[in-house]
Amino acid sequence: MKDFSGQVLFLDRNDINTDEIIPAKYLTENSKEALKPHILEDLHLKGFNHENDIKGKNIIVTKANFGCGSSREHAVWVFEVNEINVVIAESFARIFRQNMFNCGMLAIELSSEDIEALFSLGPQAMLTVDMEHNLITAENEQDSKAAITFTLNEFDRELVLAGGWLAFADKKY
Amino acid sequence: MGKTIAGKIFTAHLRDTPSPTNVVLDIDVVLCHEITTPIAITDLMAKGLDRVFDPDKIKAVIDHVTPAKDSKTATQGKIMRDWARRHGIKDFFDIGSNGVCHALFPEKGFIRPGYTVIMGDSHTCTHGAFGAFAAGVGTTDLEVGILKGVCSFREPKTMKVNITGNLPDGVYAKDVILNIIKQISVNGATDMVMEFVGPVVDTMSMESRMTICNLAIEAGGTCGICMPDRTTAEYLWPFIRESYAGIEDAVIDFKKWHSDPDADYASELTIDVTDLKPQVTFGYKPDEVKDVTEMEGTPIDQVYIGSCTNGRIEDLREAAGILADRKIAPTVRGILSPATPAIYSMALEEGIIKTFMDAGFCVTNPTCGACLGMSNGVLAEGEVCASTTNRNFNGRMGKGGMVHLMSPLSAAAAAVAGHITDPRKYI
Repeated sequence: MKDFSGQVLFLDRNDINTDEIIPAKYLTENSKEALKPHILEDLHLKGFNHENDIKGKNIIVTKANFGCGSSREHAVWVFEVNEINVVIAESFARIFRQNMFNCGMLAIELSSEDIEALFSLGPQAMLTVDMEHNLITAENEQDSKAAITFTLNEFDRELVLAGGWLAFADKKY
Repeated sequence: MGKTIAGKIFTAHLRDTPSPTNVVLDIDVVLCHEITTPIAITDLMAKGLDRVFDPDKIKAVIDHVTPAKDSKTATQGKIMRDWARRHGIKDFFDIGSNGVCHALFPEKGFIRPGYTVIMGDSHTCTHGAFGAFAAGVGTTDLEVGILKGVCSFREPKTMKVNITGNLPDGVYAKDVILNIIKQISVNGATDMVMEFVGPVVDTMSMESRMTICNLAIEAGGTCGICMPDRTTAEYLWPFIRESYAGIEDAVIDFKKWHSDPDADYASELTIDVTDLKPQVTFGYKPDEVKDVTEMEGTPIDQVYIGSCTNGRIEDLREAAGILADRKIAPTVRGILSPATPAIYSMALEEGIIKTFMDAGFCVTNPTCGACLGMSNGVLAEGEVCASTTNRNFNGRMGKGGMVHLMSPLSAAAAAVAGHITDPRKYI
C-alpha cells in the first residue's frame, strides 16, 4: 500500500480539469516518469507556481468537480510520480476518481464544511489518512489539530489494498 | 419498479458484484487509440501480461496525431501497430483508413444496441447514441478491458432529459446539448447516465444523436444514451442484415432495451427547443454558454470544423450550405477535418470539399489533432477559435488560446463574417 500522509497542497478552486493537471501536449510521452516536471503546469490559479509550490507536498486538498475533462490517467500518474497519493475534494469527476483507485491511490470526498476546516489549517498543514479507522488527522505548526472521518466505498478500499485494479482483476477474473 | 435502458444493459452484462454499490460488467467492445493505449500495452508487457481477451472484440485506431508529427508520436503509432499485429487484431485502422475514433467505429458497425463499450477516451459517451452503454475510462481500466474483457462501474443512476418542441431553422443538436449543459452545469450529471428522449430525439439522425451524446461528459455524465429505433436500425442495416428478416424485425428486437415506463430516474429535465437560439460558449467551461446574439461581433482568428462532436457528413453539409458562393474573411484561417475517410469521400462526391476550398478553407486529413491542441491547427497565445469541438478549457487548443464552441453552421457563419455572428442571417 502507498503512503497516505504528508504536507498539503491546497488548490482553492472548483472544476480543475485534467488539461490543467497535465496538458495534452505531454500525452505523447511513453513513460510516467517523463511527466514529472509538468505537474499542474497549466493550472489557472492566482499566485500558483507549479515549479515551486508542489515541493514537499504529498496530499492535495481542493474543492468541487476535481479532475473533470479528459479520461487521461496521466493526470493521476503525474501525481504518483511526484509522490502525491491522496486527493481530498468536495467532489470528483467520475473517471479521475476511478483512475485514482485503479492506481491504488486515494480520492476522498468530504463535505464543504470539512474541506473548509482543512483549508483553515493553513499552508503548512500535515495530514495523515488512516485507512483502518476512516480518519484523517491534521495538524499545523501552531499545533491546531483536526480529526475528520470519511467514508470509502468498500470496493474502492479493496482496490487500494490490492494495489490497484489490474492486480485485483488479474487475480479475480 | 421498471428498469432504465442502462439498467437493462448492466443486468445483461453482469459478471460480478464486488460490493453492494459496484458491479463488474462483461465488455462487448474495447476501443483503443494511440494516446492512451501504448502505455497500457507497455505496462502489460512489463508485467508479463501481454495478452488480449478476444482480438475480435478489440478495435484500434491511430487518430489523435496522424500522420505522426515527431518521433514520440511515431513511437506511439509503432507500439499500437506492433501490438495489433502480434495479437491478430484485424480491426486496426492506420493511415489511409483511419479517422476520429468516435466517428469511425460507429461507421464500421462496431456499436450495437445493448452493447457495453469502453475506451481510454472521455468522449466514448458518444456511442450511447446507438442504445449502448459506452463509457470513457482511464488506462488501467483499458488494460483490464484488453486483458480480461471486464470493467467496473458503480450502479448507474439515470437523468432523463426530455427534448420537446420543434427545432427552429439554423438550430442544431449542438445548440441543444450546449443549452442543456448550461442548465445543469459541468458536474450536473456526474455519476449519471444521461438518457435523451422525446420527440426531438426521435426525429434526429444518428449523427445528431451522436453529437448530443458526445457532450454528456461535459456535464460530467458517464454516458449519453438514446433508445435504439428505426433510425438506428437503418444506420446499422448493412451490418445486421444477416441477423434479421427485415428492418422491422430489428426495430422490434431493439425495443427490449428501451427503458420501462415505470423506470426509476435520479432526476428529470425537460427542455423545449422551439424558441432556442444558436448557442456559443463564452468562457473556459462548457457550461458557460450564451445565445449567439449575445456574442455578436466577437473577433476570431481561426475556424475549426471537425472532431468527434461535429465532423460528420451532416455537419459538413450544414456548413457548406453557408459557405457556398461565399469567401471566408481574410483575417480568418479556416480548417476543415472530415472525421473519417468515408465522410471525406462522401464530401468529395457531393462537392462539399470544393465548396470549402473555394471559400478559402484548408482541408486536412481526418484527425483529432487540433481539438486538443496537439497538431493540425494549434492556436498561438491570444488567438481565438470558433470551433465545432467539445472543450473550451483554458489553453485547450494551444496555450493562451480561446475556444468558442458552437455548431458547424455557426462556425461557418463566423468564418465568413470574421467574427461570431448569428448563422440564421446566412440561411
